[in-house]
Amino acid sequence: MARMTIRPPTDAALASGGVRVRPGASAARWDSWLRRLPLLPALIYVILVTQIPFVLTLFYSLQDWNLLRPEPARFAGLQNYTAVMSDPSIRIAIWNTIVLTVCAVAISVVFGIGIALLLNREIFGKGLLRTLMIGPFLVMPTAAALMWKDTLLNPLTGLVNYVLKPIGLGNMDWINQFPMASIVGIEVWRWTPFMMLIVLAGLQSQNQEVLEAARVDGARPAQMFRYITLPFIRPFVELGALLGSLFIVQSFDVIFMTTQGGPGQATTNLPFLLYLVAFQGFDIGKASAIGVIAVILTMIVATFALRTLFTIFHVEARR
Amino acid sequence: MSVVAARPRSRGLLLSKVGWSALAWLISIAFFFPVLWMALEGLKTEPQAASIPPTILFVPTLAQFSEVLSRDFPPYLINSAMATFGSTLLVLILGLPAAYALSIRPVKRSRDVLFFLISTRFLPFAASLVPLYILARNLHLLDNIFALVIIYTTINLPLGIWLLRSFMLELPHELVEAARVDGASMRHELIRIVLPLITPGIAATSLICLIFAWNEFFYAVNFTSSVAATSPIFLVGFISGRGLFYAKLAAAATLASLPVLLAGWFAQKQLIRGLTMGAVK
Repeated sequence: MARMTIRPPTDAALASGGVRVRPGASAARWDSWLRRLPLLPALIYVILVTQIPFVLTLFYSLQDWNLLRPEPARFAGLQNYTAVMSDPSIRIAIWNTIVLTVCAVAISVVFGIGIALLLNREIFGKGLLRTLMIGPFLVMPTAAALMWKDTLLNPLTGLVNYVLKPIGLGNMDWINQFPMASIVGIEVWRWTPFMMLIVLAGLQSQNQEVLEAARVDGARPAQMFRYITLPFIRPFVELGALLGSLFIVQSFDVIFMTTQGGPGQATTNLPFLLYLVAFQGFDIGKASAIGVIAVILTMIVATFALRTLFTIFHVEARR
Repeated sequence: MSVVAARPRSRGLLLSKVGWSALAWLISIAFFFPVLWMALEGLKTEPQAASIPPTILFVPTLAQFSEVLSRDFPPYLINSAMATFGSTLLVLILGLPAAYALSIRPVKRSRDVLFFLISTRFLPFAASLVPLYILARNLHLLDNIFALVIIYTTINLPLGIWLLRSFMLELPHELVEAARVDGASMRHELIRIVLPLITPGIAATSLICLIFAWNEFFYAVNFTSSVAATSPIFLVGFISGRGLFYAKLAAAATLASLPVLLAGWFAQKQLIRGLTMGAVK
């Protein structure tokens, strides 16, 4: 049964879950420190590995520092930022990131809803089909990307061209002719099962009596979907789309394995550009500036996304 | 309703069930096909795997699997296993007390802490990549499994804490309360009472850690080269794709995918809950 139940603790939960507050300010302070104790190791760990490095990223972004050159780092002001911003490759990378994320999420959400509706019907072998469907999500992405490139979309030996030959599409070099579409396609193949799982869990928690009552009252299937099912699964769809975009925005493995960001810059997204500057050019200053820009962009999107997440996790059991 | 009238209706129902089933089977098999094809290619000989047109009917051979396994692949698999288990263990050690402090005996401003934690999970790796790389370089931790364990723990800890917390919130309140009346210390309460009750939560957390750590590629490719390289890095060696080693590639890809595939299939219920950080059960 699917329910969305995570909610931040309320004051009532805080009061009832706690040790009775003893009189005396020092006792209360002692108690609140005692409560914090189990949290501290994890919190300190996260701050050490994510927050302090980010401060260093800010610092490095102001340095002229390349690991391939013998000179030591020196202060460079905003030089890295002007260099990055005046280079068209960052604009291309931002645009590619948006195209890839929006297309892959939108298509996999639509497919996911469709397949979830199908697997929620009275059909033969429901459990087995669900098991087959989640296969693409579980396969190692690097492995799947290489299999797509070498054995399925390969212009000479690929199975896709072999299958499409009867309709006259037997000589396509998919990855070189349609690089972005190929990447989107592989990501859709991988993320549709993810969306399907979440939506299916939502559908299975739907109250059957409501649907039955609507049917008795003479509602048509399309009406029932539009006015009962769709509003019910909406939070599940939003959750899937949100988590999916947070992952796909960072996608790197499929691009690395299939196109290496090319041809030209056709499939270079932000993570791949960062990889090129940091680990091919070893330009620490410029890579850090790209890092800071990526964080700023993410924060703009995330303030919106986190608000959505917030409302989603507030949703109480609806039944 | 008469019997005569009922019969066509049930036949219509059956027909529609058959029709929808056929459609569902068609789509599911289409999605699963690349996974199946990967395994099939691994069971072919090299000429069969690269033939034009593709070989559909063939006598399966385990030659590629045994060759990949008998040569250079096992060290990569062992590295993957070490990075995965090391980081999963660390996530549980750090995450269980933290989840406890965010659910059973919540600290003040628990909500802010929870959202801070999850925001670090979705911070672009660009934010901390360069300093972590420099630090690893200066500490001679490049190409060292330890660096991957630290990074994978960072990736999985926020998800782990959210997930474990969602399981702890479901524990019957009276149980924890009774132990508290008996004067159990916090540590005792966590280890003796909470821990045994949330084994499903620990399983779900371990599964999610396994999926993300085992399949992780970005840090693995940039922070390791030979000694500590994990299994996806082994596959990078096939990138040049001169069309000679498709069967070996497929065998290695199948082997590399198998642990997560099997774990995910066996724990489907845990999978959905884990992927949504406990929001969907």
